[in-house]
Amino acid sequence: MPTVHVFARDHINTDEIIPARHLTTDVEAELAKYAMEDYDKNFVRRVKPGDIIVAGADFGCGSSREHAVWALRGAGVAAVIAPNFARIFYRNAINNGFLALECENVVETFMDGDPAELDLTGGTITNVRTGQTLQFVPVPQFALDVQKAGGWLEYMREQDRQQREPSPQEEQHA
Amino acid sequence: MGMTIAEKILAAHSGQKEVVPGQLIECATDWVLCHEITTPAALRMLEERGMDRVFDPEKIVAVPDHSVPAMNIKAAKMYQKLKSWVQEKGIRHFYDVGRGGIAHVVLENTGLIKPGQTLVSGDSHTCNAGALGCFATGVGSTDLAGAIYAGRVWFKVPETMLIRVTGELQPGVTPKDLVLEVIRRIGADGANYLVMEWVGETIERMDMEGRFTLTNMAIEAGGKTGIVAVDDTTRAYLRERGVTPDQYTESTSDPDAKYKVVIDLDASKVEPTVAYPHIPSNGRVAGQDRIPVTHAYVGSCTNGRISDLRDVARILKGRRVADGVQMIVVPATQAIWKQAAQEGLLEIFVEAGASVSYPSCGACLGMHSGVLGPDDVCISSSNRNFVGRMGDPSAQIYLASPATVAASAVAGYISDPREYNPAGTEAAD
Ligand code: SF4
Repeated sequence: MPTVHVFARDHINTDEIIPARHLTTDVEAELAKYAMEDYDKNFVRRVKPGDIIVAGADFGCGSSREHAVWALRGAGVAAVIAPNFARIFYRNAINNGFLALECENVVETFMDGDPAELDLTGGTITNVRTGQTLQFVPVPQFALDVQKAGGWLEYMREQDRQQREPSPQEEQHA
Repeated sequence: MGMTIAEKILAAHSGQKEVVPGQLIECATDWVLCHEITTPAALRMLEERGMDRVFDPEKIVAVPDHSVPAMNIKAAKMYQKLKSWVQEKGIRHFYDVGRGGIAHVVLENTGLIKPGQTLVSGDSHTCNAGALGCFATGVGSTDLAGAIYAGRVWFKVPETMLIRVTGELQPGVTPKDLVLEVIRRIGADGANYLVMEWVGETIERMDMEGRFTLTNMAIEAGGKTGIVAVDDTTRAYLRERGVTPDQYTESTSDPDAKYKVVIDLDASKVEPTVAYPHIPSNGRVAGQDRIPVTHAYVGSCTNGRISDLRDVARILKGRRVADGVQMIVVPATQAIWKQAAQEGLLEIFVEAGASVSYPSCGACLGMHSGVLGPDDVCISSSNRNFVGRMGDPSAQIYLASPATVAASAVAGYISDPREYNPAGTEAAD
């Protein structure tokens, strides 16, 4: 069962998630070693694959570096749940098919180390220790489509392919 | 229904008559700006997927700026990656080290990006160009890859925040102070997902350099971009760069355009503002506390322009940087560097005991050429004072105007520049 890591502060920025001194690589496994380094040096030692970060509002503000998403994903983080996200982090998450879920009161509902259950179809996260369940804002359909395609680039490539090869009906009319 | 400038530009670039906030669109990009930190990752993604192509080599502008001249071998490799791609794809608008500088400031001066156009880049301060009445926004490497590949990007049409500014900025108070004051009021996510549209007599009287400082820092309030409508100042600026009105589209917001928020501000009440650690919204009046500094930095895409350097020179002229303070001045581009040399500004800096560096992002993001050590205290004309932004996580960063940085460097502690003849009057001594 995933463990929740609570980073309660608002405005946790991408410089804290992955400091610029590590930006000379874009290899996920390499970046993963430094995830959250300037916020909590020991995080990478505690985190296990599939764990969840619960954070304050405006998570991921600042620099546009997609390295922030890669570092977290590389470290094993399955989802970040926060009241809201800074916009570039949010779109980077969508483009990578990484879960950034918007949920009010999430910081108040979890304590660091709580076990959690994430139900993506039902749109809920449950604190298994307390039994409390929260509903998160549904993931937009577009984001789901991108995720299904495997990411934004795959989605685009698919679109291009469809444009090049007319659909069966179009061929009939041609 | 009326539309804002941003909505009109997005509608025109997504083949629609009208767009409404919240709508998801696929938008054509007129320009893609590439630097050596986020571009190599985008190129690798494209290569891995067999999508290694360029939508239009004439529409890409490449400027290495973050880690140049390279400070280590890894950085040298990233630079090489950008350069070899530029050569391979025949990208003509390449501003190499020695011909460029900080990408955003290089671009604004090229005359390439024009009103009514769209620009994306793998850099959050892409919003800078919005001062030219275009829609410019920062994206991540995947979006950048998509834009390079197909000249397209997806957007959720943003709502707009209108910032109406009236009154005259007091002598010694600059556009930087104005934008820090706005961010102090609305908060570091006060404009999250929003376009920040600047209007009012104060903006109309402001030169382009000041407007760039305003739009540049939209991201520090979480904004998708900043934007200023085209007026005579914009037209003159473009004309100087060889761009004539028939080459661009001017849009204005309709009188019945819908705004999410309207902020009214009296510029005459704005004081020299310093954003205390560790968030740009933590603004206080310069000099209200006596805070000794170890470092003073003038530079970055926010405030490394010629007017900024003139502000600094006015204060440093005939004065010395206080003992114990390391001051570095970084003209944002090669052209600004040259201009500053011709005007004798660089000499003033050197005489005052400041170090003049080559155009680069280096110190602004703590990569090289001015990295802060443990417990250093820096007064900086840049845009972010996050933990670890300029080096060691224990360092303290205070954001201010170039004038405030200069005054603080001379005093040795954070000071109000109005005590240092900022209006250009000569010192009495
Ligand atoms: S000067 Fe600083 S803020 Fe501007 S692009 Fe460079 S690193 Fe980013």
